[in-house]
Amino acid sequence: MATLCDRCAKNEASIHFTQIQNNEATTRHLCEGCAAALGLDPGTGTTAPLADFLAQMGKPMAAEQGALGTCPSCGLTLADFKRTGRLGCPRCWSVFEPSLKGLLRKLHGGTQHVGKVYLPPDPTEMDRTARVVSLRRSLQRAVDEEDFERAAGLRDQIRRLEVQP
Amino acid sequence: MAKKPLLPGDPEAGLEWLDAAGPHSDIVLSTRIRLARNLQGFKFGPRADAADRAEVLRLARSAAEQTGELKQAEALVIPQLAPAARQLLLERHLVSRELVGADGATPSSDAALLLGRGRPVSVMVNEEDHLRLQSLVGGFRLRDAWRAIERLDDEMGTRLPYAFHTEFGYLTSCPTNVGTGLRASVLMHLPGLVLTQEIGKVLQGISQVGLTFRGLYGEGSEVVGNFFQISNQTTLGKTEEDLIDHLQRIVQQVVQYETQARSVLLRDARTVIEDKVWRAYGLLRHARSTGFEEVMNLLSGVRLGVGLDLIRGVRVYTLNRIMIFAQAAHLELVDGAGQDADVARAAYVRQALGEEPVESA
Repeated sequence: MATLCDRCAKNEASIHFTQIQNNEATTRHLCEGCAAALGLDPGTGTTAPLADFLAQMGKPMAAEQGALGTCPSCGLTLADFKRTGRLGCPRCWSVFEPSLKGLLRKLHGGTQHVGKVYLPPDPTEMDRTARVVSLRRSLQRAVDEEDFERAAGLRDQIRRLEVQP
Repeated sequence: MAKKPLLPGDPEAGLEWLDAAGPHSDIVLSTRIRLARNLQGFKFGPRADAADRAEVLRLARSAAEQTGELKQAEALVIPQLAPAARQLLLERHLVSRELVGADGATPSSDAALLLGRGRPVSVMVNEEDHLRLQSLVGGFRLRDAWRAIERLDDEMGTRLPYAFHTEFGYLTSCPTNVGTGLRASVLMHLPGLVLTQEIGKVLQGISQVGLTFRGLYGEGSEVVGNFFQISNQTTLGKTEEDLIDHLQRIVQQVVQYETQARSVLLRDARTVIEDKVWRAYGLLRHARSTGFEEVMNLLSGVRLGVGLDLIRGVRVYTLNRIMIFAQAAHLELVDGAGQDADVARAAYVRQALGEEPVESA
């Protein structure tokens, strides 16, 4: 479902630019060429870090291509990723990890997830420990906020995880 | 009025939030949270083949059936729905354009919506990510939306092999969603800030504190009827609760700014405002042909009038309902095809407002 560039109506729009003028917000969909021609610096827009990074990725990536190769699970190459901004499968995250870390720092300011920890259907001891740590964090917060119903629920979950062999 | 069933199950599905029961419901219409989740061993949406998608849907349905939240869910398989039904789901903000293949595109095979019965939660299956768990509640209720979706996520997670990485968290197709996979958004009506010309500053402030705004219909959509959706920009490096609390604090501030702007308007320009809101009401109540965008802009005026207690007797619920039912697919649902859409729309709005006698303050 490609959106065509508002200006040239030829290329696919890759830059979506919202402008506020006289208190009215308007959104323009532009291709990279037209955005550059209009002097719109993608570096200042809200979706910019991804577009910016993907644009910069071009040259070094071509050289690295041989070393990094393609994802063995889904066949995605870095060139594919650069074009679409989408990864192909969970495995891609490990295959392209070095390149992705830089992008994540730009997008999110870091690379380490500190939220909820997934507990798989057949958890290992490590999975359980990691989950308990994240549940304890939520518990502390619930107690601080005097949300005792939630705290009780979290306490039960922690207890269940600690009791299991 | 002949109603034809477009969707199997509850014809009011996904409209619970219209009741305007939540706090600040004259300024904050609805609160939504979604979690992006993917399954190990399958290609992500854009690269998945038909067999992958069929299996993802099978797994998702079987897991959902065992949850408290979705055990009686309706599984709406998008390619099997009539185009008008797909449009209906889109107009209710239950699906993304990508899932239903809007603008003439064909939806992917086994793209589906698992829609909870009488529950505020649903799951988009086979969108860009395998699963998009979402909750939608009325008013400013981030906590409630989070509880509902967290519960569903826990229940689904014990039955499905989520793709999770110790450093990156929940893995997603797009790096902008990785980590928590959480996007929380609040739909706000901000006519006071627009009329006092303070909105630019507020929106600029929002983007400086790691939040982002968009129009009524999500990414890339225009701002219509003074509606702004405000949501978190980043998803990695903060806990879900921190992301939600941050949004909560900022939205709270925007509600305050909007309230202040409205009192300034009343104090300094009462007659102008009164004239504006009653003209909007008059047009909606009597016009014979109206486009959707015009209705949205006029509704904004009436909503402001109701919020300022200048117009009495119209419920926020009614205004919310018009906003949804004055859209193309919903009009067909009420009236059947054949009539000119703008004429049908005006008739629908006249009737909806006509049921509630008004008085001025």
